[in-house]
Amino acid sequence: MSDKESQRFLDDAATEDLGKDRLRDAYQQMVGIRRFEERAAREYASGRISGFCHLYIGQEAVAVGTNLALEAKDHMITAYRDHGHALIRGCTPRNVMAELMGKVTGNARGRGGSMHMFAADKGFHGGHGIVGGHIPLATGIGWASRYEKRGEVVVCFFGEGALNQGAFYESLNLAALWKLPVVYIVENNRYAMGTSLERASAVVDLYKKADAFGMPGVVVDGMDVSLVHKTVKEAADRAREESIPTFIEARCYRFRGHSMSDPAKYRTNEEVEERKLSDPIVLVAATLKKRGWATDEELEAWDDAAKEAAADASDFAIESPQPDLKDVGRYVYAEPLQWSPDAHTTPHVRD
Amino acid sequence: MKTAERPQNLATAVREALVVAMEADADVCVLGTDVGEFGGVFRVTSGLLERFGKERVIDMPLDPAGVVGTAIGMALYGLRPVAELTFADHAYGAFEQLTSELARVRYRSNGQLACPVVVRMAAGAGGGGGIHHSAHPEAHFVHTPGLVVVCPSTPADAKGLMLSALRGEDPVVFLEPQALYRRSGGDAPEGDAGVPLGVAREVRAGSDLTIVTWGAMVRVCEDAAAKAAADGVECCVIDPRTLWPLDLDAIAASVAETGRCLIVHEAPRSGGLGAEITALVQERCFLHLEAPVTRVTGFDTPVPAALEDAYVPSVARVLAAIDGIMSF
Repeated sequence: MSDKESQRFLDDAATEDLGKDRLRDAYQQMVGIRRFEERAAREYASGRISGFCHLYIGQEAVAVGTNLALEAKDHMITAYRDHGHALIRGCTPRNVMAELMGKVTGNARGRGGSMHMFAADKGFHGGHGIVGGHIPLATGIGWASRYEKRGEVVVCFFGEGALNQGAFYESLNLAALWKLPVVYIVENNRYAMGTSLERASAVVDLYKKADAFGMPGVVVDGMDVSLVHKTVKEAADRAREESIPTFIEARCYRFRGHSMSDPAKYRTNEEVEERKLSDPIVLVAATLKKRGWATDEELEAWDDAAKEAAADASDFAIESPQPDLKDVGRYVYAEPLQWSPDAHTTPHVRD
Repeated sequence: MKTAERPQNLATAVREALVVAMEADADVCVLGTDVGEFGGVFRVTSGLLERFGKERVIDMPLDPAGVVGTAIGMALYGLRPVAELTFADHAYGAFEQLTSELARVRYRSNGQLACPVVVRMAAGAGGGGGIHHSAHPEAHFVHTPGLVVVCPSTPADAKGLMLSALRGEDPVVFLEPQALYRRSGGDAPEGDAGVPLGVAREVRAGSDLTIVTWGAMVRVCEDAAAKAAADGVECCVIDPRTLWPLDLDAIAASVAETGRCLIVHEAPRSGGLGAEITALVQERCFLHLEAPVTRVTGFDTPVPAALEDAYVPSVARVLAAIDGIMSF
C-alpha cells in the first residue's frame, strides 16, 4: 500500500477525549446524515424533489462533532446546507424528507424546501436561504441568552462565502463588544458556489479574521469529528462560563456540487478523490475498528439502519399529502389570512 | 462562443445584448458572483470571460451590497457596469445601495453625477426555489424615484431593452423572469437592435378588454386571451416592458377603447404595481370604464415552494377574472 493510499485515522488525543460511546454515537449520526443525503439525491434525480437541494455529504464531521460538544438547552442556527444540522438537532428524517418533497408533513409544511428546516422547540433556529442573512440572528439569540442568564450557548454555522458579507463583520463585532456566548463556525468547504476561496477572499486563513474583533480565532480539521468536538467544546465552555465568543474555522470539503444542478467544473476530479481519502466517516470507522471500539458487524448494522431510516423517510414523504391551498395564508401573520379562491382576484361588488 | 444563437431564449438574448454592447464599448463591464469562470448561475454570462477577459468580466465574492456598490463607483468614474445579483431576493441585501445610493446620486449631486448601472436579477417563481429565491420585487423599485425598472417577456425584448439600458443615462433594474430563461419564442434581430425604454408592446389586439401584464405572465395572459377569443371576448394584451416609467398612454388608449382593464402580475397583490396602474387607469379613463379595474396576482404571502403553481396566476384564474369583468 502506498503512502497515498494508507489509512488515515482520527486524532489520538481528541479521540481519547471523546471516548468510545460518543464516537460510536458520532458514527451513527454521521452515517445517518450520509445515507439520508444519498437518498435525497436519488429522490431529486427521480423528480420527487424539485427546486434547490444542497447536500451535506463530506461535511458531516462538522455538525456532528459540534453537536456532541453541546448541551440540549443550547441553540443552533445555520445556513442553507442544513439537512445534516436539522437531522441531529431535532428534526426527524421523515419530516426533513417530507419538506424536501414539498409535503404538508415537512417541518415547514412544504413551503420552504431544502433551505428552511426548523425545530424551534429543540433550539434549532433554522436553515436560512440567504447567504450570511442569519449571522446577526445568532448574535441576537446570544444577547438574549446572556440576558436570561441560563448558561445557554449559541452555535452559528455558515459557509466561507458568507464571510464576504457585511453581516459577518457587524455580527462578530457586536458579539465581541458585548461579550456574548456565541460560537461562530465557518464551514470552509473551499467553494462558494463556483468560486474558490482564493478567488474571493484576500485572507485565506479565515480564523485570523477573529483578530479584528479581539475574539479568539481557531482553526480545526473539519474532517476529523474528534478534533471538531474538542475545539467546539473549548469554545462552548468559554462561552458558557465566561461569556466569550469564539470564531472557529472548520476546514472541510463537500464531495458533491454546490447544489444538485452544479456540474462542479471549477475543480478537478483528482482534487475530489484526494479529499475523499479523508472522508470523515471513513476516518471514524477506521478509528473505531483500530481501537476495538466497534466491530465490522456493528458498523454494517449501523449503516443498514441508516439506509432503512432514509428509505422509511422517503416512503413517509411520498405517501404524505401536499399542503392544502386553503392553508396558504397561515403563519404570514399571527392571525391566519383567510384564503378563498377569489381572494387574490379583486371581487366585484355592485352595490 | 456563438454570438447569434437561434432560436433564442431569454438567457441567450441577454447574453447577445451584452456581447454587442461590450464589442461596441470598452467601458461596458460585467460583475457579480460566478459571472466569469462559472458563466453565471443561469448561464447568461457564459463565454464572456473568455471573450472579454477578467478586467471586464469580474467575478466577485458573494456580497450583493458589494456588487452594487462597486458598480456604482465604476459608473461614477464613467464606466458602464452591468451588475448581476443572481436572484432578485438577493437585491434585499443590496437594498441600501440600490435605493439610497444608486437611485439618488444624480439628484443629490444636483445633476453633477450620473449612475448608469444596469442591475440584472432573476425574478419570480419557476424553479421551485421557494421563499428565498422566487421574489418578483418590481414594486420596491418602482417606488424608488430615480430607478428605471425593466422586465422583458421575450428574447427580442430582453436583448433590445438591455441594449437600450446600456446606452441610457439612468440606473436600470433589469428583472429577468426565471421561468423564461430557457423558453424560446420571439427571437431578436441579429446585431445591434435596441428596443426603446418606456414604450409598451401590444402583444395582442382586442376591443373588449385590456389586459396589462409583464414578465412570465405575458404568456399566461396570451393563452387566456386565446381561450377567451374562442368564447367571443377579444382581449388586448399590453406588455409595458418598461415597468417604470410606465407607458400609460398606450394603456389608456386601449382602455379608452375597451372600457375594461385587468392587470395580472406575479408579485403579491397589496401595494403591488397593479395597484398603481389601477389608480392611474381610473384617473385617466374614469368615464370610459364599464367595470372595475381588476387584478389577478400572486398571494399576499411569501412564495410557498410546494404551492408555487397555485401562487402564480394561471390561465384559469385569468379566465375567471375576464368572465367576472365581462359579466359585471
